[in-house]
Amino acid sequence: MLDVLVIGSGGAGLSAALAAKEAGASVLVVGKMYPTNSQTAMAQGGMNAALGNVEEDHPSLHIQDTIKSAHGLCNEDMVRHLCADAPKTIEWLEKIGVPFSRLPQSIEVSQSDTNQRSSLLAPHSSLKSIAQRQLGGASAKRACYAQDYTGLKILHTLYDTCLKEGIDFLDEHFLLNLIVPEDTVKGATFLDIRSGEVKQIDAKSVVIATGGYGALYHGYTTNMYGATGDGIAAVMRAGGALSDMEFVQFHPTGLKHSSILMSESARGEGGYLVNTKGERFVDELKPRDEVSRAIFAQIQAGGSVFLDLRHLGEEKLQTLLPQEVALCKLHEKIDPAHALVPIKPVAHYTMGGIDVDEALEVNGIKGCFAAGECSNAKVHGANRLGGNSLLEITAFGRFAGENAYKHSIYASSKPANGEQKEKDIAAIEAIYARPLTHNHYTMQRTLGRLLYEKVGIVRENRTLHQALEMVIAMQVEQKEMGLADKNRTHNQTLVELLEFQNALLIAPAIISAAIARDESRGAHFKKGFEAEDEAFKKHIVLQWKREER
Amino acid sequence: MKITIKRDKSVESFEVSEGLTLLAALYEIKEKQDASLTFSSGCRASICGACAVRVNGKEVLACAHKINENDTVEPLQYHPVLRDLKVDKQKAKETLKRASAWLHQPQISVEITPEDEHRTERQSDCILCDSCYSACPVFAVNPDFLGPFALTRAYRYSEDKRESNVKEIIDHIQTNGVWDCTLCGECTAVCPKGIDPKMDITMLRGTSLQHGYSDPNFTAQSFGTPDFGGGFGF
Ligand SMILES: Cc1cc2nc3c(=O)[nH]c(=O)nc-3n(C[C@H](O)[C@H](O)[C@H](O)COP(=O)(O)OP(=O)(O)OC[C@H]3O[C@@H](n4cnc5c(N)ncnc54)[C@H](O)[C@@H]3O)c2cc1C
Ligand code: SF4
Ligand code: SF4
Ligand code: FES
Repeated sequence: MLDVLVIGSGGAGLSAALAAKEAGASVLVVGKMYPTNSQTAMAQGGMNAALGNVEEDHPSLHIQDTIKSAHGLCNEDMVRHLCADAPKTIEWLEKIGVPFSRLPQSIEVSQSDTNQRSSLLAPHSSLKSIAQRQLGGASAKRACYAQDYTGLKILHTLYDTCLKEGIDFLDEHFLLNLIVPEDTVKGATFLDIRSGEVKQIDAKSVVIATGGYGALYHGYTTNMYGATGDGIAAVMRAGGALSDMEFVQFHPTGLKHSSILMSESARGEGGYLVNTKGERFVDELKPRDEVSRAIFAQIQAGGSVFLDLRHLGEEKLQTLLPQEVALCKLHEKIDPAHALVPIKPVAHYTMGGIDVDEALEVNGIKGCFAAGECSNAKVHGANRLGGNSLLEITAFGRFAGENAYKHSIYASSKPANGEQKEKDIAAIEAIYARPLTHNHYTMQRTLGRLLYEKVGIVRENRTLHQALEMVIAMQVEQKEMGLADKNRTHNQTLVELLEFQNALLIAPAIISAAIARDESRGAHFKKGFEAEDEAFKKHIVLQWKREER
Repeated sequence: MKITIKRDKSVESFEVSEGLTLLAALYEIKEKQDASLTFSSGCRASICGACAVRVNGKEVLACAHKINENDTVEPLQYHPVLRDLKVDKQKAKETLKRASAWLHQPQISVEITPEDEHRTERQSDCILCDSCYSACPVFAVNPDFLGPFALTRAYRYSEDKRESNVKEIIDHIQTNGVWDCTLCGECTAVCPKGIDPKMDITMLRGTSLQHGYSDPNFTAQSFGTPDFGGGFGF
């Protein structure tokens, strides 16, 4: 029986696997795609750590900034843990070979300064040459980066290191359910996407690292298609707790037609936001939620909003934002050096997720840990600070891996019976047996639009209630929904339908938490309740009662 | 607009909307015409590497290709086709392991400059889309070739200042490795990230020579023709 089963092979999953293996565990990483396909590859901006390489900085300032951005909803001990671990985590990434961007020697701070600021780091270390840039909400240049490919390069280096350490992978296996006979996890069931079989994998501990639920906002999100919160849904079905589900961060600048991200650096470098009349209407450098609301107001009033980068000039754009220029040309058919870039705010990061304790163990399921965007470790609170997510997935990914190993040492090695597997086989057979009445691809777009319009940037109780009714109606329809492709092997439609079922399961969790929160805080903004309310300085936790499961 | 797709057992044409990326067109077909059409994708932003296919005989990312009238789409070459446009990348991925493309003996008590960073910046942009592997003609004759992306990645680590045991990497890329490449440049021509595996392989050959290896083809040839030196083709 495996010591540690890691589900999800993005940055959090790979970090967990490496740490568990290092501690001495037998490890298997299971994912629905190949590891390097994970959303972690999409992160561009950077990863926070108070190294103080460019200007004075200290972990205590990082802690302060994070707490401020969380708007009273974080666990300050967890924030301290995260920020204090950051330099050490960068050091680990540096050691496995992440190709961070570097400082020209001339900019490097003088020796006497570094001694004081970076006392955490060994002298003469290559860490001191890691470049750091400014991201929104940070009181110093704190984000370490690798050009505009930070996530890509971290993910790939983690993957290469996993190959080096001989970590076993099982790709193209889709998590169906956790096996939790008596409040303690015993493994999980998977659909082998290739063969179509349902498989049971027994393990003493499980780490869930399946990413966030931004893709519920289909068509209105920077996230990849598969960010459907599968692991969160599995925890919910198994009786574990979810929390802070109403907090979804919207990024002000997604491309209008494709929702692809135009990174914050576009504004950081001096880009303007203008409306249909060509007028600027907001201070572009305000926090993401404020800028998003200002843009949304323009669009609600019937206008359009554009990012104006023309004054930066062709040359500067090519050196600063090459990825973005290419994406604009391809997806919006415009050259940002000469034309306005049409944009809209889109769902970008989900703060809520699986409710975990300070050891990252899932509340309600013993032996099951959660790390990365799927988990709510209470470090982001009501609003995530840019650059803290890549930090969380590596630092807490490792922490979850270590803790999972510790749990496995004393866990029983008696495997679960095949009950869950039989249930899952029956559920899949039922899908195959149903006639096709609804096309889930069409419904998926309907859901995306519904959530964006009614559970989006600006919320209102009346429309939230409408949304809840509509989603519940969709849940009912979905129970009748068959498959348009009845093939048994390599059934992409089946996988995407299962993802959609997960989306429909957690959508009501987002909406009901949003309804319950009669105030505005961080990313959650509600008309009629525009101020923060002390009475709501708490987490909204959702958990199914045993008999509901 | 008409596009043609080479599927498992048939070649089929579909009418799709204009102005779409190929990936959007594939989803349009899946939603409105034939749900059984199978392909891979993820980020739709040219970064996850999941969606590479061949269009009119050339490898492209489906999410970065604007469709044209009469485009013909087929799965990547030298990968077992699983279903329609979806291929098995397992074997190709194993080349990374065989090439031991990672840091073997890291040391971080070194100074790293922006120049050091830029030396392998491009190589580390690789998204493992397998386009270059599909374009490489060597796989037609030697399925065990390490191939362009694994060698590029081996090069990227061998040039990393933090690697204190470059020889270990070089040792792993001799058999079915750097000397099996014909330097045809097909890989370079298709890479969506502008990576030049052919150049990286040439550089690795240089490093291999420094570590005492030699071109086995060259030795073989000069063996047969003692006054070899008049160039190839004689
Ligand atoms: C465009 C963009 C830019 C960003 N920029 C930044 C940035 O600059 N800085 C920053 O800190 N953060 C950034 N973020 C956020 C950050 O990238 C993510 O929060 C982070 O990468 C999440 O990592 P993860 O490992 O938790 O999940 P992911 O990388 O999403 O990985 C999830 C894994 O789980 C697997 N999985 C999911 N469901 C299943 C299932 N049912 N069965 C089996 N496997 C499954 C997936 O295949 C995948 O391997 C950005 C996000 C986006 C979308
Ligand atoms: S240059 Fe070498 S690796 Fe690249 S395609 Fe040609 S033979 Fe293959
Ligand atoms: S080198 Fe280029 S073509 Fe080859 S896998 Fe990497 S990104 Fe794709
Ligand atoms: S879908 Fe990710 S590279 Fe095309």
